[in-house]
Amino acid sequence: MMTLFGIPTAALFGQLLLGLINGAFYAMLSLGLALIFGLLNIINFSHGAQYMMGAFVAWLGLTYLGANYWVALALAPVIVAAFGIVLERTMLSRLYKLDHLYGLLLTFGLALIIEGFFRQLYGISGMPYAVPKELAGGWNLGFMYLPIYRAWVVFASLVLCVGTWLLIEKTKLGAYLRAATENPALVQAFGINVPVMITLTYGFGVALAAFAGVLAAPIYSVNPLMGSNLIIVVFAVVVIGGMGSIMGSIVTGFMLGILEGLTKVVYPEAAGTVIFMVMVIVLLIKPAGLFGKGA
Amino acid sequence: MTSQSVTTAAAASSGPSRQTIFVGILLVLALAAPFAVYPVFLMKGLCFALFAAAFNLMLGYVGLLSFGHAMFFGWSAYITAHAAKEWGLTPEIAILLGTFCAAGLGAVVGWLAIRRQGIYFAMITLALAQLMYFVALQAPFTHGEDGIQGVPRGHLFGLIDLSDTMNMYYFVLAVFVLAILFLYRVVHSPFGQVLKAIRDNEPRAISLGYQVHRYKLIAFIISAGLSGMAGSVKSLVFQLASLADVHWHASGEVVLMTLLGGVGTIFGPTAGAYLVVTIQNYFASAGSWVTIIQGFIFVVCVLAFRAGIVGVFAPWLKKRGIEA
Repeated sequence: MMTLFGIPTAALFGQLLLGLINGAFYAMLSLGLALIFGLLNIINFSHGAQYMMGAFVAWLGLTYLGANYWVALALAPVIVAAFGIVLERTMLSRLYKLDHLYGLLLTFGLALIIEGFFRQLYGISGMPYAVPKELAGGWNLGFMYLPIYRAWVVFASLVLCVGTWLLIEKTKLGAYLRAATENPALVQAFGINVPVMITLTYGFGVALAAFAGVLAAPIYSVNPLMGSNLIIVVFAVVVIGGMGSIMGSIVTGFMLGILEGLTKVVYPEAAGTVIFMVMVIVLLIKPAGLFGKGA
Repeated sequence: MTSQSVTTAAAASSGPSRQTIFVGILLVLALAAPFAVYPVFLMKGLCFALFAAAFNLMLGYVGLLSFGHAMFFGWSAYITAHAAKEWGLTPEIAILLGTFCAAGLGAVVGWLAIRRQGIYFAMITLALAQLMYFVALQAPFTHGEDGIQGVPRGHLFGLIDLSDTMNMYYFVLAVFVLAILFLYRVVHSPFGQVLKAIRDNEPRAISLGYQVHRYKLIAFIISAGLSGMAGSVKSLVFQLASLADVHWHASGEVVLMTLLGGVGTIFGPTAGAYLVVTIQNYFASAGSWVTIIQGFIFVVCVLAFRAGIVGVFAPWLKKRGIEA
């Protein structure tokens, strides 16, 4: 058996891959959180629940309508985003003039309702979701076995993250968005419909979460609680990265996922807590976050 | 302001003030309650009421939302349970030990978290609480999923047998009343006035020369310590310390209790705590409905009922010289 630093390479690279996949989810979710926070000044606590809804829509579609994975990947984000837009129009939009904490509390309440609802209907044991046949199997790379689906998740999330970054940094629409983040009143004075932009941004952030949920469905079982445990880690990721920059969220997400994977190899007991430890260190050294500006 | 202080002064000169009468009535009700209501339910309510009141010191008087207060509540429960069961300490010493450990943890967490404000403060406290949850899950003395069971209530000061439910109730009530008096004193002290100044206008407080970080940290330590006291007492009441008390659900519940009862009021957290505990008991067998209902109350409170139950009556009572 090949070893590297006294650790079998298969185990090392296996955990690195798992870390990379976790990192992909951290990146997609913290990206959505940062987008929503930038324009709405709200921390979307129901982000985890919306990620879980994405996975559930895929599972329900497959089970009851026979909609395959690719259909789910295209439609689930749209369906969940539509749900998110309804929430934004009917509830969140009433809170923009109040303290930001109310947005956090409202979305926390919504997360409890959504999670409780799915738990009541489907229990907590979790439902398996088969890997689509196009992506089944794996490649033997010599030093490790690489399941194709896992490679696909890393690839798809990278494309999504870079695509979002390009959309925001390089297009006219993105320029409007960045301007509205800086000064919504001024942008509105230029004749741009900021309220519609806010609604669509929330929808897009939610769609990112739901897309991540569909990607996650074949890896983790589809479970009502899959989002709530993840979202707390993502909050720590957001604190570490700071929400000032899109690329910052993406890089921080992947980096921390890989770090978590490495910890699993070196000292498994700390794997669940390493990201929180990093958060503590970052708070001590650079309280505004690695890519953050101001407090 | 002047006319109000005149009326309070007048009320004070003509016998006991309305505030004293109001508190006296509440106290008589609390003393008589175990003869009418199941005492264990009352004790559970008192523990959560103290927890919510301690949390309210941060949210209501400093304006900082902590989403991780369960770590103080749950960890002091573990420490008290361990001290009472394994070391055989008397209940008052075990509770004090839990309280001081929670205050110590609060000092560390507060020192880290007050570097950021607003929603970042909430996210940091939540993340640190999750860290402490994982520690509780893995530490051997907490017994993981089982928790510490069969904690002896022991004899208070070595004399009074707390395994008697009535003795236990009046002990819990005494702890609760003393803690609330202490919080009332803190809020109405010059220290409390500075806290409110920080809440209302932090840059102004800084420009007046106050070391706001120091004030926030001290408030956080007091809040953590009293949350710990609530957890310690709860572990003796139920003779159990478990993972449920350190879980983020417990952090969310204490926010809900405070919000529902009335943020920044003295008696609001108590009202909210009893209401939430009642809902929990009523729907205990109905699966996830407790979670759904709690989420629903959150949404309604935030959208339409931000003053909370006591907050709605507070202005009316205040005109009559009563601070609720």
